[in-house]
Amino acid sequence: MSGAGDTLLQAEDLRVTFPTRTGAVEAVRGVSFSLGRERLGIVGESGSGKSQTGRAIMGLTPPHARVTAAKLAFDGIDLLALPAAKRRALRGKRIAMILQDPKYSLDPVMTIGRQIVEALRAHESVSRTEARERALEMLAAVQIRDPGRVFDLHPHEVSGGMGQRAMIAMMLIAGPELLIADEPTSALDVTVQLDVLAILDRLVAERGMGLIFISHDLRLVSSFCDRAVVMYAGKVVEQVPASELRNAQHPYTRGLLDCMPRIGADRHPLPVLERKAEWAA
Amino acid sequence: MPVSTAARLSRREWLLSERPASRMQARLGRAYVTWRRFSANRLAMVGLFIIVALLLVAAFAGQLATHSPIVGDLKNARLLPPSAQYWFGTDDLGRDIYSRIVHGSRLTLFVVVLVAVIAAPIGLVVGTVAGYAGGLVDAVLMRVTDIFLAFPKLILALAFVAALGPGIENAVLAIAITSWPPYARIARAETLTVRNSDYIKAVELMGASAFRIVLRHIMPLCLSSLIVRVTLDMAGIILTAAGLGFLGLGAQPPLPEWGAMIASGRRFILDQWWVAGAPGFAILIVSLGFNLLGDGLRDALDPRSGEQ
Amino acid sequence: MSAAVAIDRLEVVFDRFRALKGVSLAVQPGESFGLVGESGSGKSTLLRAIAGLSPVTSGTIAVNGRPLGKRRDKAFYRQVQMVFQDPYGSLHPRQTVDRLLQEPLAIHGIADGEKRIQRALDEVGLGSGFRFRYSHQLSGGQRQRVAIARALILEPSILLLDEPTSALDASVQAEVLNLLEEVRRSRGLTFLMVSHDLAVIAHMCGRLMVMENGEAVETLAALDLATRNVSQAYTRRLLVASEGFAGRARTG
Repeated sequence: MSGAGDTLLQAEDLRVTFPTRTGAVEAVRGVSFSLGRERLGIVGESGSGKSQTGRAIMGLTPPHARVTAAKLAFDGIDLLALPAAKRRALRGKRIAMILQDPKYSLDPVMTIGRQIVEALRAHESVSRTEARERALEMLAAVQIRDPGRVFDLHPHEVSGGMGQRAMIAMMLIAGPELLIADEPTSALDVTVQLDVLAILDRLVAERGMGLIFISHDLRLVSSFCDRAVVMYAGKVVEQVPASELRNAQHPYTRGLLDCMPRIGADRHPLPVLERKAEWAA
Repeated sequence: MPVSTAARLSRREWLLSERPASRMQARLGRAYVTWRRFSANRLAMVGLFIIVALLLVAAFAGQLATHSPIVGDLKNARLLPPSAQYWFGTDDLGRDIYSRIVHGSRLTLFVVVLVAVIAAPIGLVVGTVAGYAGGLVDAVLMRVTDIFLAFPKLILALAFVAALGPGIENAVLAIAITSWPPYARIARAETLTVRNSDYIKAVELMGASAFRIVLRHIMPLCLSSLIVRVTLDMAGIILTAAGLGFLGLGAQPPLPEWGAMIASGRRFILDQWWVAGAPGFAILIVSLGFNLLGDGLRDALDPRSGEQ
Repeated sequence: MSAAVAIDRLEVVFDRFRALKGVSLAVQPGESFGLVGESGSGKSTLLRAIAGLSPVTSGTIAVNGRPLGKRRDKAFYRQVQMVFQDPYGSLHPRQTVDRLLQEPLAIHGIADGEKRIQRALDEVGLGSGFRFRYSHQLSGGQRQRVAIARALILEPSILLLDEPTSALDASVQAEVLNLLEEVRRSRGLTFLMVSHDLAVIAHMCGRLMVMENGEAVETLAALDLATRNVSQAYTRRLLVASEGFAGRARTG
């Protein structure tokens, strides 16, 4: 069920600024939202700041950038005030992140099994045999049919969908409470996307995790998530329950919904999004 | 853009304009951005300063030298230490070392520029043709390149000079012949990177001939890595020329080539260190200058150098 | 009236990988035909084979009635042009827009380049201020417009489009799709368009072919997609997938 109970994450006036040769660029400009044990979708186009928001929560913003917030708390812990070592301890153990393309996010020279085992042993002291057992269990949990064989394969030897499932296994094995998924299915074929999402869906529900789903795909977010946050130019322009997305109020969201071609809806020409300067103000 | 409007905008704004109105403006604007990147690097500017100084010294050698570089005062002025009259002292033939170094800068420049002008185009052509054509052409050209690369540079240069006879022109030729293979390798690597890119395919799809594609589309892409590599190599070229001069196979006396000066000063190195020391120091400074310049160029020309 | 593009039992084999396993199709002049499939379906290979960018192992390709041989000649390039997928890779990084548009004119020795370039830029909705910009100074949508202008400057009759909007944001995609439709209408072009996105194909094309693993699964009209009048299971799966995620697990 959505929302109820403890607030896992609270962000208030989150800002991420990058210094560049031509002045400071604010990628995220005052984003606020809270997350319980539910699925929150952050939707936006490129340059909206959605990825940087996810990375700021994880603490993975590039070191030369500045992250500030009135409040950025995970389970009551102030993330920005934490020393680096404690932040690192949280990462993976309690907050995990899945990235877009397993080709680039999995270590190409290590076998899949070894990476999962390493992820587990970084957070729990278990024997190598036990770690291997749990890794195999996890691979089976993400519906990889022959876990023993895949355990010894390298990332380039498996398909995109399988690689992404391996990444999910690797990130969930330590049992985190919050998962941030940054465009987890964008690099996959359309039929494979559904399979991977179903696995994610089941695991998140079973473990009662909170999920932040970052995507450019409004349709996907409206069908997969409980709530949606729409971002434009570093700001949140709309926060709405996913089922209500169709009746969104903000002209940007409406424009975005309308401009996508849909099977059965024959609109020639497609309505084009007219960007207004005040949305970015 | 009419001249009056251009005068109203500052020149900087005109160069950085987002809407260039002519080919020239776009090209200059781009050069300006590269210059800004380069000039932000202090060490690179030091390198540039040194090289510009070298050019000026070579250009005004006649005016800057205090004495004749080839005629010395044998009777009174042999092996004198640095003084107010002879700024770097004199050598064993009574010649002013400072003036010899000043005039020798011309020879250094001569060697370096000629080698670059001969070796770089050869390497560029061989590399791009090999990379674009692929197959047998690539294999043959690369094996030829490998053959040249298999020999240590100085040994090969020695062999050529021995065959052609000593003299600075032959030394230049010999060094050029041994310098082109790395440029071919670089050009080929760049060509292979871009060979299958969509923009090359797009030009193929317009019906461009292979010649046109290599000349007008691929070569411009190889230029910046090549320029960087050539600049960084210049230090090595100077040293090779100095080495040949040292062995008596490069510039012949009485030419004030810096390597030959070190060779003849070798005998006096313990008591009259300035005879070998001064040209040695000159080589050091100029090599350093080229290295710093080359590094700076690499950082400025390569847009991938990590700025957000 | 002969087909604009007629392909008969095309086979393309790379080393030992069979990218296309005997595909046939016919596109009528003025038609907009779509190729849909996932990765490995062979749809892009088919397009490249027509353009002469992929070697053909067996089968025939005929354009405007003339069968094509191993090589393409200049006359072919004045009839058929291509728009590529990646706007960040299809424009030469060191050339201005002006130079990019000059190139096809120079290759074919076409005069009055000045006027043609102006017209090409106007047609794709880019003002003259864009003419001397370099590609890194353009956004993804603007680059794709330049790519379209470049493809059209030789006035071809057939345009091959390889996922022209896949790399663009949704809002920019709508603009580029509208532009493509407008251009097709005003010039009476034939389109052969490849995409993995069923909705985009259904919007842009009258007929489409679904491909999987180098083979043609089904050829149908776009209207059939809307009415769910599909005969193959794979097509149905693609249709379902295009609607988003269904079947949420019950929590608790």
